[in-house]
Amino acid sequence: MTSEAAIAVTGLRKSYGDHLVLDGIDLDVTTGTIFSLLGPNGAGKTTAVQILSTLIGADAGDVRVAGHDLAREPDAVRAAIGVTGQFSAVDNLLTGEENLILMADLHHLGKREGRRKTAELLERFDLADAARKPATTYSGGMRRRLDLAMGLVGDPAIVFLDEPTTGLDPRARHTMWQIVRDLVAGGVTIFLTTQYLDEADELADRIAVLDQGRLVAEGTPEQLKRRVPGGHLRLRFADARGLESATQTLGHATGDDDALTLKVPSDGSLRSLKALLDRLDDESIEVEELTVHTPDLDDVFFALTGHPTADEEKVTVR
Amino acid sequence: MSTITLALTDSATMLRRNLRHAVRYPSVTMIVAGIPVIFLLLFVYVFGDTLGAGLGGPVAGSDDYVNYVAPGILLLGVAGAAQGTAISVAMDMNEGIIARFRTMAISRASVLTGHVLGSMVQTIVGIAVVVGVALLVGFRPTAGPLEWLAVIGLLTLLIFALTWLSVALGLVARNVESASNLPMPLILLPFLGSGFVPTDSMATGLRWFAEYQPFTPIMETLRGLLLGTSIGNDGVVAVGWCVGIALVSYLWAKKLYNRDPSR
Repeated sequence: MTSEAAIAVTGLRKSYGDHLVLDGIDLDVTTGTIFSLLGPNGAGKTTAVQILSTLIGADAGDVRVAGHDLAREPDAVRAAIGVTGQFSAVDNLLTGEENLILMADLHHLGKREGRRKTAELLERFDLADAARKPATTYSGGMRRRLDLAMGLVGDPAIVFLDEPTTGLDPRARHTMWQIVRDLVAGGVTIFLTTQYLDEADELADRIAVLDQGRLVAEGTPEQLKRRVPGGHLRLRFADARGLESATQTLGHATGDDDALTLKVPSDGSLRSLKALLDRLDDESIEVEELTVHTPDLDDVFFALTGHPTADEEKVTVR
Repeated sequence: MSTITLALTDSATMLRRNLRHAVRYPSVTMIVAGIPVIFLLLFVYVFGDTLGAGLGGPVAGSDDYVNYVAPGILLLGVAGAAQGTAISVAMDMNEGIIARFRTMAISRASVLTGHVLGSMVQTIVGIAVVVGVALLVGFRPTAGPLEWLAVIGLLTLLIFALTWLSVALGLVARNVESASNLPMPLILLPFLGSGFVPTDSMATGLRWFAEYQPFTPIMETLRGLLLGTSIGNDGVVAVGWCVGIALVSYLWAKKLYNRDPSR
């Protein structure tokens, strides 16, 4: 591939009747990276993937995928991509193996190469034991893996993953993350949509935040995190006396008398944490609970859109 | 790979997929054969004596009525199979795998061609079973090898036409329920034609419809080929109807499949 962007989008618009789903989106995805489109349900993520993967047409905008114009050369785009949808696109009446061979046949790999590729993917995605079972009997995680494996039969340069871990249990989720990392290590470009902020943070090289059809921010996870106020520690005390003496000792802190908690600005580093605990220790102040809150993408989302998304993730030290 | 080779290869792949579905879930094939067989037995053993006597002339009693009714039963089978095709197409279109096919660099028509060919195989197997049962219950065609060949040819052409029609109906239906209802009128056509009683015994308005609807010339042609009754220009009209239905349905189905799924 040349140095040209894997995906280049300018002014992408799409509406369903009166409902504007994508309102002039610009995207630039560098070859060989993971790009994450992040947003809550209904933000327009799936529509964006459907357009970029040639499934549906756009109302306006200029889109190039793998160096080909989407509107004029859809088949050239199709030959370069693999798609894994939010709702798994497997043939339920066929077995896992038959699904993969179907894909191999449609990529015209030839019988021997098709079988080799199928066996390799079944092995790689830990589906070899279930290869001869119908896809209907698969668990959620297995279906996602089969779905993704089917998208990889043609060795695509760009892989679209539309909410690949929605509805998966934590273990299946981590397996999927590792698969994604391995793919990128092999030179594939990943376009990932997710509503999970930690997923984008974990995987993506760049993140674009989509809210109600508009991009509200774009950058590396670090850049986005830098755009929000710093983190803090939250201390909870057994009684009002503890809270009061801690407030006096620590200074720059905001207390909550009802919850018996104290919010102390902090960068979350171990050194500052230790210093703080030492000072409390010197005054013999008992702390019931300590919570470290580093700025995560939840904060970013809240800061950018003015409304929250999911629950905050916390690290609790007792 | 040229466009034609691509289309053929991909269609063959899709046909394998559809046949595998049919083999793994044989219920549709059983319904294709089962319903006309039930109607055949009903019309031979329950209504046969009365209807046969009513027809008068050379056909009298249930022994001869089976000869009269067999072509109508075959068309009933073909029409019933069309319903099965529409349902399976509508079900398939709701599956994510179709969205995947649309994002792959494959021959676009192959998904539909696979359905058409797969359903045709299914219907032909079902109809062969119906013919077998008809022969068992006393159907005695006088056709020679050439006539049999013509019967097979005309039935295949009809199945081809109605399968494309039912694929289009399966595509136009937004859900499985309406896909099952849309081909219903086809099942009535053998009754509202010369399938079970001659058209000249019907009320005037109905008779006019019965004589000009597509199934009547097809059934008259089959009857002529199988039993040696006169065909006249029914043969040409029958083939004309089949070709016309096939062409219009093919274009319609193609247009429906190629429409943007977001519209």
